[in-house]
Amino acid sequence: MKILTGNDLRTGAVTWWDGSSWSLHVNDAVDVGEDAEEILAREVAARRVNVPYAIAATRTIDGVRPAHIKDRIRALGPTVRPDLTLKPQDPQAIDWVI
Amino acid sequence: MYRYDSYDQAMVDARVAEFRDQARRRLEGKLTEDQFKPLRLMNGLYLQLHAYMLRVAIPYGTLDARQMEMLADIADKYDRGYGHFTTRQNIQYNWIKLEDCADALADLATVEMHAIQTSGNCIRNISSDHFAGAAADEVVDPRPYAELMRQWSSFHPEFTYLPRKFKIAVIASEKDRAAMRLHDIGVRIVKNDAGEVGAQFYAGGGMGRTPMIAPLIRDFVPIDQFITYAEACLRVYNRYGRRDNKYKARIKILVHELGAGEYIRQVEEEFAHLLSVGVEPPTAELERIKAHFELPEPLRLPGQGAGTPLPSGGAAESGAPGQARGGAFDQWVKRNTHPHRHPEYVSAVISLKPAGGIPGDATSDQMRVVARLAREYSFDELRVMHTQNLLLPHVAITDLPAVYAALDEAGLGAANMDTIEDIIACPGLDYCSLANARSIPLAQRISERFAQTGRTSQVGELKLKISGCINACGHHHAGHIGILGVDKKGVENYQLSLGGSEAEDVALAKITGPGFDEDGVIAAVEKVTDVYLASRTAGERFLDTYRRIGMEPFKEALYG
Repeated sequence: MKILTGNDLRTGAVTWWDGSSWSLHVNDAVDVGEDAEEILAREVAARRVNVPYAIAATRTIDGVRPAHIKDRIRALGPTVRPDLTLKPQDPQAIDWVI
Repeated sequence: MYRYDSYDQAMVDARVAEFRDQARRRLEGKLTEDQFKPLRLMNGLYLQLHAYMLRVAIPYGTLDARQMEMLADIADKYDRGYGHFTTRQNIQYNWIKLEDCADALADLATVEMHAIQTSGNCIRNISSDHFAGAAADEVVDPRPYAELMRQWSSFHPEFTYLPRKFKIAVIASEKDRAAMRLHDIGVRIVKNDAGEVGAQFYAGGGMGRTPMIAPLIRDFVPIDQFITYAEACLRVYNRYGRRDNKYKARIKILVHELGAGEYIRQVEEEFAHLLSVGVEPPTAELERIKAHFELPEPLRLPGQGAGTPLPSGGAAESGAPGQARGGAFDQWVKRNTHPHRHPEYVSAVISLKPAGGIPGDATSDQMRVVARLAREYSFDELRVMHTQNLLLPHVAITDLPAVYAALDEAGLGAANMDTIEDIIACPGLDYCSLANARSIPLAQRISERFAQTGRTSQVGELKLKISGCINACGHHHAGHIGILGVDKKGVENYQLSLGGSEAEDVALAKITGPGFDEDGVIAAVEKVTDVYLASRTAGERFLDTYRRIGMEPFKEALYG
């Protein structure tokens, strides 16, 4: 699947295109198929997100998994600071990145 | 240390107001990201993997307790309670919000700090010897000269849009503790046979994807011409440095392609021209700056003020004689203190490398402890070291037990300066948008393993440096052992290199061979140290043994 990601303009937080807006959670990301360029152009013009781009991902039993480790780290947070990730109560969440 | 005059303060305040307006317009949608990006970068604001990142300048790594406390406050108020000290003696915050950034900069301005020119194709923060002003072996304190360069290079209209970023280091001793020859320009303040102070210039060094050691381009520039000479170096680079390819735009490429001889010829021609124009700041300005760096009265020896050479030696290299002794304290004194120009003082390194920790990170609480210690025990002075540690430059030997006790209680008592646990590591793929692989987890695992097995002290001085990409922010080219993270078909892979040095015996490390996965490279580091321990002769550091026996025995152990 192809999903869209960027950073929130105000906070810089990593966000994912959920079909109508930008979510903090990668599992909300939707497959944009062939519409990536059109959505990106529209969202950049609306200035709702910073430097968005399309990436490859797969839908697994646990949710959406970006293909590249860099985007998995973006999706969760720094692997060296579990307390600063989106799942601070779950240190094992780091395993999902690697 | 240097204090802003009204011009400095007005410039910084005006810049904050300007950035506040730019950020407001970006948030209101009146500026696109393409329009805003160069403006935010000029104010040290990057967009990294997880958030905006703010890099704050700490000129030549010198700051006082009040400034360190402000850095702690900013970490709490605008970030997540910590900061990351960098190899350019700066600090970075990883979670700054754009909507808060101008407020953070305004707070910084109240303590004479800013983030100007910590990014972009301009002259960056001038770095220096972290022991400057305290070291027994320096000719003079190099910081007044670094400060003069800072003032010259701040908002320099001709050098705001250079072909690429430009890094300068200024030192004043034979020992190089600032990786001086791995800078775009390296300056060593020296004295000639007549006892006159001048500057030795090196140009065209750097790390990154094309590492080069800067050649000497001028043995002695009279000190009242040294800004003029720097201007000539920059002018030639600005005129002929490549702008068509960012990977070939640094001055090292220009010096290499022209040849050092031709670059020198052009610089000398420009220098002669500039001398006729008269661009050198008045000598009185240097004297004004020097006055800010006068040593505190108790540190002065008879007849010696700021900028006056002091006799070398005499500092308590072996620690704190007569003090209460304990194993850990003794070890810390032995490892983490450095001789001071005054025999009753030492400089004390505060390690930000606890075993298993993140190199260079300090919590806001730790910053406040360090600030308090600076105020109470180090004449209100602190340094950020390019090794991502902190330093109390002037500590009375009799105060060392109290200082150590406070540091230890704050988790800052690691006794590992210049050992394999004292690893330089870039933020890597955990934070950096340019990185290809994670650096920090390697540093954590290596330091933890060596600490647990007790091999750290057995191995002794060994500088290990890790970069998460070819840009080499972790200085892997200059590591006795260097590790470079690469992306191998979407998987992290690590190249090992040996034999680098950033010191006066500067050398670029050589790659051992095929790379390793994360577990593999950690095992490889252990094998390399095994070879060293089995091969060394009395008194040899790792680097000495490597230079004597060469790469082959290490390759044999790794790949044989």
